[in-house]
Amino acid sequence: AYKRFSELLPKEERENACSVRVPKSQILTLPELRANPFQHRICRVFSTSDSGDDSMSFEDFLDMLSVFSDSATSDIKSHYAFRIFDFDDDGTLDRKDLEKLVNCLTGQGKESRLSNAEMEQLIRNILEESDIDKDGTINLSEFQHVVSRSPDFTRYGGLQR
Amino acid sequence: EVFLPEEPRPAAPVDFLQELPSYQSALRRRAAAGGTQERRAAPQGSAGLRAAEARGPEQEGGELAARPAREYPLTIAEKRRLRDCQQADIKYISGWKQWKRTSSKSLKKVLSEVRELFSYLELWRRDIHSIEGKFGTGIQSYFSFLRFLVLLNFIIFILMFSFVTLPSIISEYGIFNSSFAKISPKNIEPHCTVYKPSGNMGLVYFYTYLKDLLSGTGFLEVTSLFYGYYTIDAACLSILRYNLPLAYLLATFAYLALSLLWIIKRSVEGFKQNLVHDEDQFQSYCNKVFAGWDFCITDPHAARLKHRSLQYELQTDLEEERLKRKIADRTMKEKLRIYSLRIFINIIVIAVLSGCFYSIYRATVFSQENSNVSIGHDDVGNTNFQANLLVQYLPSIVITLANFIAPQIFSFLIRFEDYSPAFEIRLTLMRCVFVRLANIGVLLFSLWSQISYCATDECKACGYNYELYPCWESEVGQEMYKLMIFDFIIILAGTLFVDFPRKLLVTHCSCKPVQWCGLQEFGISDNVLEIIYGQTICWIGTFFSPLLPAIATIKYFFIFYIKKISLIHTCKPAARPIRASSSNFFFLVVLLIGLVLAFIPLGISIAHIPSSKACGPFRSFNTSWAVVPDTVLGFPTGLQQVLHGIASEAFAVPFFMVICLIMFYFIALAGAHKRVVEQLREQLVMVRFDPLFCTPKV
Repeated sequence: AYKRFSELLPKEERENACSVRVPKSQILTLPELRANPFQHRICRVFSTSDSGDDSMSFEDFLDMLSVFSDSATSDIKSHYAFRIFDFDDDGTLDRKDLEKLVNCLTGQGKESRLSNAEMEQLIRNILEESDIDKDGTINLSEFQHVVSRSPDFTRYGGLQR
Repeated sequence: EVFLPEEPRPAAPVDFLQELPSYQSALRRRAAAGGTQERRAAPQGSAGLRAAEARGPEQEGGELAARPAREYPLTIAEKRRLRDCQQADIKYISGWKQWKRTSSKSLKKVLSEVRELFSYLELWRRDIHSIEGKFGTGIQSYFSFLRFLVLLNFIIFILMFSFVTLPSIISEYGIFNSSFAKISPKNIEPHCTVYKPSGNMGLVYFYTYLKDLLSGTGFLEVTSLFYGYYTIDAACLSILRYNLPLAYLLATFAYLALSLLWIIKRSVEGFKQNLVHDEDQFQSYCNKVFAGWDFCITDPHAARLKHRSLQYELQTDLEEERLKRKIADRTMKEKLRIYSLRIFINIIVIAVLSGCFYSIYRATVFSQENSNVSIGHDDVGNTNFQANLLVQYLPSIVITLANFIAPQIFSFLIRFEDYSPAFEIRLTLMRCVFVRLANIGVLLFSLWSQISYCATDECKACGYNYELYPCWESEVGQEMYKLMIFDFIIILAGTLFVDFPRKLLVTHCSCKPVQWCGLQEFGISDNVLEIIYGQTICWIGTFFSPLLPAIATIKYFFIFYIKKISLIHTCKPAARPIRASSSNFFFLVVLLIGLVLAFIPLGISIAHIPSSKACGPFRSFNTSWAVVPDTVLGFPTGLQQVLHGIASEAFAVPFFMVICLIMFYFIALAGAHKRVVEQLREQLVMVRFDPLFCTPKV
């Protein structure tokens, strides 16, 4: 993992890889993140940089790899998945978050988005299934609950070695 | 946040407020103060960290097994602080508990490393991983299923080899000073016991070898591949006497039981979720949206395909929901029309099935009659070789044709029946499964009708047609062997002569119809049905041909590589992928159906049809099953009485009733759990409006 991290840095800074922060543009060149529609959210969630520029240190990089590895428990994966899906960082998944989530999943182009009626129907179904206290948003416990019953979550949540 | 006020609140003074869930939970919390709170506080990030630190020194009486730092969703810096604080409060605990804690930690570490080591030994791990990355988990589940079958067949082969073949070979060649006992059967007409297989007859033409290899006759018939080789009653090693007939029968039951248990164990893992929750788990929207993106995808092209497939899946599901609502609004007249149309189409389906079965029956009868007639014509020459082979393989050819044509007809017909798309797919699949598995049954049935066809008195004395089939189990074994070889040839030929030319045509020829056809998609259901068909043949055939599982293992081993190469070079990823979770369960259910269907012919052969008197370990018994009562009679009288008691009705009926009661108990328990879940859900909704519980959201 250290090797991969140091490859992201320009040559001069490789000696100091443990303490340097890699800018976001470099992180996004990683093969695992390149094709991922949630790449920006992942960088935002794992980055501990104070300046808000989403750069990642080696420790952040390790965090990210350990969460996505096969040996992470599903508790951890669901916790981080919740944070990744929470686009406005308010601690709950409301309608706008869900809309952005579905648009990320179906693709970026205009023709790959669902129509408004379909989106409404879909969001209504999702909330019906997962919103237990019927407040119109999904909080962490509800998310973890619905994801624990989801058979595909553990399968899809891992990165290749 | 709603659940965890830091201190328990004071009790409500008014009576009706005591019914509120908040009061109830406050009561409970006061009773269980201590231990479990640490766990629930932990996942809250840094707030939880502080709480954990605060509670650290109080852990003496509480739970000993604190979660390792790895399991907390915190950043590395915070995990370091947590670990230091955990180390710090170790000093507060006594020496014994300290040792317990550190030893359990190191044990867990060792166990996880051992598990990781074992995962490296898994067969084809890297290949399946790469397939998953390029083609998705639906296709990957097909290949893991194939790997499971390779392992299953290998274990069955080890079982049969070590208990049946090895003792026979050892005693036959007198290794380790062993010998065998051949007891000539008593009370049997002498003409039933005549069996002269045409083994190696000196100098013969090469094509005879080829013909024998492909159809299991000739020199292959007398090898340990077939039932006829095991014509010994006991193998003796100095003073130990090894009862071969009993071992043969018990090994058969053992491999069937082993397959059943292993398949059930694998399918239970996918089924566990369904029992308590009543939503349709595999199709739920949350599953698709929250767990829809495959984080293993690294190729932008594959990512585009995944986007498209997700979009398609979501749109189909929404469409299906709208369709369901439309169906619920149908008028009486429309319903009548649709139901009568469906009945008509089902009649057509039954007609198609009967046509298939009849043609298989006729082909088998024809093949048996003509191949037996030409036994004496070995020296005729080349011209008869191909014709002879064709006649031998006629049942296999007809079955393969039926397996190919019938699904096409079914998928054409189902369009008229106006079902929802998901149900259409399932119904077509069920019909195809039925066709494939029933074809084997019809083949066996027609074989038996040939074998037990008795016109003369002498024949009736033996119980089977002794002239044509002196050793009928070997004949059945040969038919299964031919089916298996032909299946493998078809898969190989299909890949070589259909897939690759199609790919070449599409890449080099740019005319419209060819481009419209395009590359083929990897049809998961068709491929899975193919290998389940092969596995059912293996299960049925192993009783008649103990080394068949070895052939099946090698066959599936090669099929893995053939399919993998064909997938990578000639297939385009499917536009409509099947979900992996539902596919796994579906494959195992169909495999289970195949196994249960394999029980039926085996049961009839073992218990009903008289075993051949000229060959095999069951010569001195009426039927193959008769060896078990015979052995039981040799036990001491006490044990005999116990066994008789277990098998009698006086035991079976109460036993059955107790089993039913236990089953009803579990069903009632599941129903009660469901009701509790419902009630808890309602409580959760009420909690929002509960004044005692409304902490302002931070």
